[in-house]
Amino acid sequence: MTDIRYTEDHEWVRLDDDIATIGITDHAQEQLGDVVFVELPEDGREVAEMEACAVVESVKAASDVFAPLAGTVVESNQMIVEDPALVNGDPMGGGWFFKIELDDVADFEKLMDEAAYTAFLETL
Amino acid sequence: MSEEILLTTPLDALHRSLGARMVPFAGYAMPVQYPAGVLAEHVHCRSQAALFDVSHMGQAYLTGPNAAAALEALAPGDIAGLAPMRQRYSLLTMAHGGILDDFMVANLGGDRWFMVVNAGRKHVDFPHIAANLPAGVTLELLPDRALVALQGPLAVKVLAALAPEVAALPFMGLAEITLDGTPCLASRSGYTGEDGFEISIPGDRAEAITQLLLAQPGVMPAGLGARDSLRLEAGLCLYGHDIDDTTNPIEAALGWTIPKRRRAEANFLGAAPILAMLADKPSRRRVGILPTGRAPAREGTEIVAPDGSVIGKITSGGFGPSLGGPCAMGYVRADFAAIGTDIALMVRGKPLPAKIAAMPFVPHSYIR
Repeated sequence: MTDIRYTEDHEWVRLDDDIATIGITDHAQEQLGDVVFVELPEDGREVAEMEACAVVESVKAASDVFAPLAGTVVESNQMIVEDPALVNGDPMGGGWFFKIELDDVADFEKLMDEAAYTAFLETL
Repeated sequence: MSEEILLTTPLDALHRSLGARMVPFAGYAMPVQYPAGVLAEHVHCRSQAALFDVSHMGQAYLTGPNAAAALEALAPGDIAGLAPMRQRYSLLTMAHGGILDDFMVANLGGDRWFMVVNAGRKHVDFPHIAANLPAGVTLELLPDRALVALQGPLAVKVLAALAPEVAALPFMGLAEITLDGTPCLASRSGYTGEDGFEISIPGDRAEAITQLLLAQPGVMPAGLGARDSLRLEAGLCLYGHDIDDTTNPIEAALGWTIPKRRRAEANFLGAAPILAMLADKPSRRRVGILPTGRAPAREGTEIVAPDGSVIGKITSGGFGPSLGGPCAMGYVRADFAAIGTDIALMVRGKPLPAKIAAMPFVPHSYIR
């Protein structure tokens, strides 16, 4: 079973070998409202943990998307650039943002698991 | 979280029962969107009909034989020249030439006038007007009345099914109508660029009448989010953003609200600085702006010339759902204000190409 972890910035992170796929959670897309614009990082960009590296804009506001862990961007999802509504329609699937080759795969364990994220949402 | 106690409109319970997301706005708890979302509400307004609660706005009667003259001392519009049951958009101006507020004023006949001012300015506007009235003219605030806006191409069909006489109203015409047995005041106007009506309703009847309107085919509730994107596409100013106490009506491109007679009389508050700017030409102008790419430029974004020098600032900006792309308005140096001029917008530290563009961005569909 694939392990998915979460951040307090409402991003999800899925790990396949040393490649982390990052997107925003259903809660995040719900709060943002209709997404109309996405800006994604260039391939090859080295990102630090918690570095702002993508932008998601809804009809209401612009928000940063952070690199949850340090690494190198290897791919970003051009589908959501073409059709930003995918972020609302399939946030945990086709609405993914970018993939990072992690500097240290062990860092993944620092992130919240689903139970912890669900508990975190209840504190908001 | 804010400890501020928010005011509520007479439709508060209805909004909550419809699943609205409520936000603080001008001291009121207001619906920013319903479950359909801002995009769907916006598009529905342009294609069918949307219903907005704008009860937070300030409504008042101004009564007396010299009421129009009294208001013309504070506003540069042609108010005395309004025919009975007609309304007009005007400005409350300030001694230094700034704009105190923008508002709608209607001639109800019989020396009675009806005003609607912005929610965030009514605490300023009404004392200002009251303090400047001659004997025999009275200002009566109407805090117990609700105001709803029914907007969109189906609005006339919807309202005429309940009050047939509205079908004959011209743009900016008013009628006393009866909805569900209750006398209401309807004007053929709005803030979306679409045909439609604003309907003033006694507060204690507002929920039942709004539910009646929402029950008509094609009507969807819409919140402040859609109201903002609709008015931006229509090129209409939002007070506190596109105009305020630091903007002269001339540089704000609102000189059209000051007709020839008022310019000649020059007897309104702020006439000297406003007419001086009209004669000398403003150094900056409010313009429409279309980014070339997909990225929206929000309020506060710096506008730069091709050489990188700062020439202005965005005052309203976002994504236009009907336009299918970003649009904005703002102030630029007058030598960059011509339609088609190349500019750039500093978004997240990068200059994004854009052009000065004509407004409205989406053509108005007012009835004529």
